[in-house]
Amino acid sequence: MEFGEIVSVLLQGAIVTIKIVAMALPLATIMAFVFGLVRLYAPAPFKQVAIVYIEFFRGTSALIQLYWIYFVLPFFGITIDAMTAAVVALGLNIGSYGTEVVRGAIQAVPKGQYEASVALNFTASQRLWRVIMPQALVNMIPPFGNLAIELVKATSLVSLITIGDLTFKAKSLADTTLQVGEIFGVVLVFYFVMAQVLMLFIKRLEKYLSKGLGRGGFSS
Amino acid sequence: MSAPIIEFKNVKKCFGDTVIFSDFNFKVEENEIVSIIGPSGSGKSTLLRILMTLEGIDGGYINVAGESLWHMPWQGQYVPANSKHLHKMRNHLGMVFQHFNLFPHMTVKRNITEAPMRVKGVSRQDAEELAEKLLALVGLADKADSYPNDLSGGQKQRVGIARALAMKPSILLLDEITSALDPELVDEVLDVIRNLVKEESFTMLLVTHEMYFAREISDRVCFFDKGAIVEEGEPEIIFTAPKEERTKAFLNAYIGQS
Repeated sequence: MEFGEIVSVLLQGAIVTIKIVAMALPLATIMAFVFGLVRLYAPAPFKQVAIVYIEFFRGTSALIQLYWIYFVLPFFGITIDAMTAAVVALGLNIGSYGTEVVRGAIQAVPKGQYEASVALNFTASQRLWRVIMPQALVNMIPPFGNLAIELVKATSLVSLITIGDLTFKAKSLADTTLQVGEIFGVVLVFYFVMAQVLMLFIKRLEKYLSKGLGRGGFSS
Repeated sequence: MSAPIIEFKNVKKCFGDTVIFSDFNFKVEENEIVSIIGPSGSGKSTLLRILMTLEGIDGGYINVAGESLWHMPWQGQYVPANSKHLHKMRNHLGMVFQHFNLFPHMTVKRNITEAPMRVKGVSRQDAEELAEKLLALVGLADKADSYPNDLSGGQKQRVGIARALAMKPSILLLDEITSALDPELVDEVLDVIRNLVKEESFTMLLVTHEMYFAREISDRVCFFDKGAIVEEGEPEIIFTAPKEERTKAFLNAYIGQS
């Protein structure tokens, strides 16, 4: 098989991978914020729900989670297509790690910031959204970047539930052509480029959000 | 004499097993400037933090401007205050912190305008005019668009004072506002307070280690030790002729240093 053809087949797979990332990443982010905030501020019963979600999705294999959602849930009458299953499984999985990022970043904002916002008589929600969160977001970006890259790499699991992603295309190409060196070489480069592009975007975001922060002394 | 603007009645405060106040009584009259001095760990900052509602109390009552701070009337009796009551009570109070606690993600101007706009509903234009006035007052008119991290410690603290003043509190709490500063920056901050009390009357409660400043600015000085006022009175008397041995020992240690 011509190298150009290999690249073009793999490119189709890469587009599927990008689609999954593009849908799972927002889901993971939403899960991370919702459950991260619930874990910190909600009444006890809600906190328990958050803890169960976090511990379950962090404590079990992402592949098995994927299998459950795609293969086992139909036995309980819930049938979802492979693409949705992939997005839900990966979004919930990465989101569970994200909750801890959100929580840690909020707790890392110096206590004096909270105290000053009380002294200025901000309401609880103003304290969180106007004072604490803008600073916490900056703390969150680097670990979120790592999770986003984890997500890109974890998408290769979806090849096991019949989705024609980059890994799936590569494996079927390799099985038929046996040109494993070229194929998996290109696959490596594709994943690497995706991660780099994502990282570039995250660096920009970090720079944008850290206006005024992280310059000079620690106390302010 | 009118009712005191601040009154502590039999206040109890503990941190775990550590008792800070066991039965604390204290009054401040309107427009009185009271300095609190004493060794660290004596409960000086805790007193201010309780007033600013940053720390709760474990017993007793506190009145601020004629209303209970930590309690509110409900069905004929007093119950612990809810957040709405605390929100109302905080309007009387403003605080300047030892470590400034400026919002690093906001410009100097926004540090000052944010609370008047969001909490009091002041228009942007009015809030910015006020901020400019206050920045001129603290000598930082040219720093409005800087970020806190680009300022020196003394400048940061002057912004901290302007930020607290922007909410027009009737009671100003100053918690060791020069303790985190290099010695040569202390006076630029203290001068702001000096000018402030010259122009307007304030009820001011300050915890400080600057003895000469306490002596010059206060109507009354309280010497604190182990959660109690050991001695209080006019500054001239406390600093020149203290009666209590503990006060003498504390002041001697300070004079020995400077």
